[in-house]
Amino acid sequence: MILGDISDIPLGEGRAYAVDDTQIAVFRLRDGSVRALSAVCPHRGGPLADGQIDLKFVVCPLHLNTFDLATGCSTGDLPPLTVYAVRVDDHDQLILEDS
Amino acid sequence: MPQRLVVVGNGMAGARTVEEILARRGDFTITMFGDEPYGNYNRIMLSNLLAGVEDESGIFLNDLGWYADNGITLHHGQRIARIDRFSKHVYTSDGTATPYDKLIIATGSRAHVPPIPGIHRSGRGYHQGVFAFRTLDDTRNMIRYARDHERAVVIGGGLLGLEAARGLQNHLSHVTLVHSAGHLMNAQLSAQAGDILRGSVEKLGIEVVTGARTTEILGKHAVTGVKLADGRTIPCDVVVVAAGIRANSEVAEISGLVVERGIVVDDQMRAQDEPDIYAVGECVQHRGETYGLVAPLWDQARVLADHITGKADAAYHGSRVATKLKVAGVDVAAMGLVAPERDDDEVVTFAEPRKGVYKSVIIRDGRLVGATLVGDIGKVAFLMQAFDRGLALPEERAELMFDLGGPSAEVSPAEMADDEQVCNCNGVTKGTVVSCVQGGCKTVNGVMDKTKAGKGCGTCKGLVAQIVEWAAGGEVEVDPAASWYVPGVPMPKPELMRAIREHRLTSVSSVFAKLTPGGDEDAKSKMGLASLLKMMWGDEYDDERDARFINDRVHANIQRDGTFSVVPQMKGGVTTPAQLRRIAEVAERHQVPMVKLTGGQRIDLLGVPKDKLPQIWADLDMPSGWAYGKSFRTVKTCVGSEFCRFGVGDSTSLGIAIEERYQGIEGPGKLKLAVTGCPRNCAEAYVKDVGVVAIDGGKWEIYVGGAAGAHVRKGDLLVTVDTAEEVIRLTGRFIQYYRENGNWLERTYAFVPRVGIDHLRSLLLDDSEGIADSLDAAISASVAAYKDPWQERSSPVTPGQFRTSLPLTVLS
Ligand code: SRM
Ligand SMILES: Cc1cc2nc3c(=O)[nH]c(=O)nc-3n(C[C@H](O)[C@H](O)[C@H](O)COP(=O)(O)OP(=O)(O)OC[C@H]3O[C@@H](n4cnc5c(N)ncnc54)[C@H](O)[C@@H]3O)c2cc1C
Ligand code: SF4
Ligand code: FES
Repeated sequence: MILGDISDIPLGEGRAYAVDDTQIAVFRLRDGSVRALSAVCPHRGGPLADGQIDLKFVVCPLHLNTFDLATGCSTGDLPPLTVYAVRVDDHDQLILEDS
Repeated sequence: MPQRLVVVGNGMAGARTVEEILARRGDFTITMFGDEPYGNYNRIMLSNLLAGVEDESGIFLNDLGWYADNGITLHHGQRIARIDRFSKHVYTSDGTATPYDKLIIATGSRAHVPPIPGIHRSGRGYHQGVFAFRTLDDTRNMIRYARDHERAVVIGGGLLGLEAARGLQNHLSHVTLVHSAGHLMNAQLSAQAGDILRGSVEKLGIEVVTGARTTEILGKHAVTGVKLADGRTIPCDVVVVAAGIRANSEVAEISGLVVERGIVVDDQMRAQDEPDIYAVGECVQHRGETYGLVAPLWDQARVLADHITGKADAAYHGSRVATKLKVAGVDVAAMGLVAPERDDDEVVTFAEPRKGVYKSVIIRDGRLVGATLVGDIGKVAFLMQAFDRGLALPEERAELMFDLGGPSAEVSPAEMADDEQVCNCNGVTKGTVVSCVQGGCKTVNGVMDKTKAGKGCGTCKGLVAQIVEWAAGGEVEVDPAASWYVPGVPMPKPELMRAIREHRLTSVSSVFAKLTPGGDEDAKSKMGLASLLKMMWGDEYDDERDARFINDRVHANIQRDGTFSVVPQMKGGVTTPAQLRRIAEVAERHQVPMVKLTGGQRIDLLGVPKDKLPQIWADLDMPSGWAYGKSFRTVKTCVGSEFCRFGVGDSTSLGIAIEERYQGIEGPGKLKLAVTGCPRNCAEAYVKDVGVVAIDGGKWEIYVGGAAGAHVRKGDLLVTVDTAEEVIRLTGRFIQYYRENGNWLERTYAFVPRVGIDHLRSLLLDDSEGIADSLDAAISASVAAYKDPWQERSSPVTPGQFRTSLPLTVLS
């Protein structure tokens, strides 16, 4: 499934996408790779796509809980985020793989 | 069959030990001997009894009924003269033998009476009119005698002597305290503290003579005076000797136990080489120490009770004695060293002799090793803990002696219940912090990161640090990152700024690439670096939007449900009907969920979805109030001389001018200002990062480093100036110095005391380092480069800048 053009996401930021009933936050890392996780923070519902990232973690903007971008695991003791498989195809399209 | 336990001495330690044994359901048949004819009373209260603030019935701890109720045989008024260690019997003076399986000696101590000529009458004990101060009988006799006499001399200016002197004032008109050392309470206090105490004692009407050795008690039949070594005589008819105590260890000694200054015991309170004989209280010597206060006795009693009832690992390791007393009505606390011992011992002393206040702390290697408080012991609880447990001390040493408005650190980690909430912002309990430490995390910052404790308003940080230290039992690891400007770049701010300049790093990503070990980015460092680079490079800053926190990406403050708040600028809190009308219309048109007056004298539109922000700004057509940034926020003002009948300066105009000039300037933390028209301070200028107060004569005072948020602090007066222009210029100079030297998120209320107001004055006013001009130039450049962020509305700077990251369901 095509989510859109990769240029919709600025380098180092995230954007949220609604797929059916699911909210997915997609991040475009500064090394060019992409990651996708559930968009809602399990802590108190913070919008993770508004969080700041580096190559490993995303920090929720509300109370600064941190999650591993690759595994979805919380560095604290919150439940993990769901990880979705995403990639960028040869036409710069952001593709969400079927799960 | 229960074992036979015999206790010799029915004072505070003996009776307490028996209570502790009973509480542990020890299986003993207990017999006690006490040579005083009473049950157990609170010896400490004899001072109150003498002073007339307590009556006899109020001082008993265990009356005779208590012994009967607990099946204890008490032989009161009976003295034990000898112990037979081999046949395991104790003998009273009249020869009656009592067998024991276990024996506890708790004979306490007695008043030390120096061999002063005339003090004794042959065959009659003390000279008539001479008293010791140790027992209930002593006290009764003293009171009875003093009533019919006029002048008393107390020999000894320690705790007991002072108490006796104060108490005697209740019974006769004239009391003189004679002390052989140079100052009062010389065992606990330094000379300066002792002198201040002396001042307070003299105010009570007690005459004090120090450096005076008593050489003779005068008077043939009745006492007529005392003679001092220098030849002076002090006329009196009552003498109380309070010249120290000696352990009652003679019975033990003649019975063959090892006695030095007291009965020598091991860590189980066992007399040396005696499997069945224990000693407890003032009569013992443990690891070379004897004690003369009750707190150590309680520790000893617990250990002994544990041990004797079969708890295998019970051990007494000695007590760190911290004294907290009311001496002759004056609060005194002393612990540890009286004076520094090593060259590098750090000493902080505060003395206010006229008020009778003296405070001093001695710090060695960052730990409290001594403290003395006279007259004001407000901080004693924290100091005692710090002394006892070697807690980390506040950087601001003065906080050890005064409440500077910071969090009061007077709760002891040990005393707190596990489920007690430490961090009230993030709901973290003591138990959570402790288990994090036990899980292996031994740095304060590490624990704060893992548990979120201290990550809210920050007031609990000190307490969190204490708990971590306590839980780690002295194995706290120093976190090197504590001195770094941001956690992801291993450099303090000055070094970081140097490196940034040297390599001309104008973007956050270039800082990571150049200055971190693996070139690694760190999400949590981005915001701080962005602020720093913006300050350093101004227009040349390469503004990578991902380095910004969401608030700064969309120029509004994110809220709990992912919506934002919009606060238009309203300089100095002054608005117009037209502006109000516009805000009202916008709020209505966009169905803003809440419109609220803020604590910063402006209007907040709350609950605005991200994608509506550009439209709302366009409709408002007002500049941003920067209510979301780590930046210059507001200048609150009062109505001042324009309208107020007390106003002495035009605070409103000055406030507006300041806000106009420094609006939105980013810094290491928020900057909130106020200008108030007179010292009545209606605009709360004394508690602002920069607060300006108009005073009579057309002058303005500038205060810096004030706070009334999570932390409350009155600002320090930087300077008083004559003109509004000077206020504006110096405000800018201060702000720029703070921008360049403040740590990330360090508000001015922490920054100013860290740098020190005197140092700030010399830098900013006397220009001691020649930086004033460059500060002025730098802040002017930032002012000139200012752009209102809300102009960024017609075309988004990044794709989807205002695209919502919603809809969101709020989970809680
Ligand atoms: C709106 C307002 C409350 C109100 O309804 O009046 C407010 C709202 C917030 N304050 Fe405040 N503060 C407001 C005046 C104050 C004041 C009073 C003042 O400015 O004169 C203080 C005490 C002064 C001070 O700053 O120390 C104040 C001390 C704080 C603090 C504690 C700062 C400290 O270090 O002591 C925080 C937390 C922080 O900065 O980390 C905070 C943080 C916040 C935040 C921004 C929390 C956040 O990070 O999201 C709140 C945003 C709510 C929202 O959804 O928009 N707010 N806050 C006030 C806005 C004033 C304005 O017009 O800009
Ligand atoms: C006036 C006064 C004020 C004080 N104020 C304070 C204060 O503010 N804070 C503080 O911490 N401490 C204070 N103290 C000290 C405190 O009272 C003692 O530390 C404590 O009482 C010692 O307890 P103990 O059981 O070891 O000795 P004691 O309480 O003296 O008990 C020993 C008992 O054993 C009896 N005895 C001795 N020999 C024999 C024997 N051979 N046979 C039978 N019985 C014997 C004695 O008669 C006595 O009753 C004060 C003391 C005095 C006198
Ligand atoms: S501070 Fe002074 S000038 Fe301002 S309102 Fe109060 S009284 Fe008036
Ligand atoms: S909602 Fe994400 S950290 Fe609280």
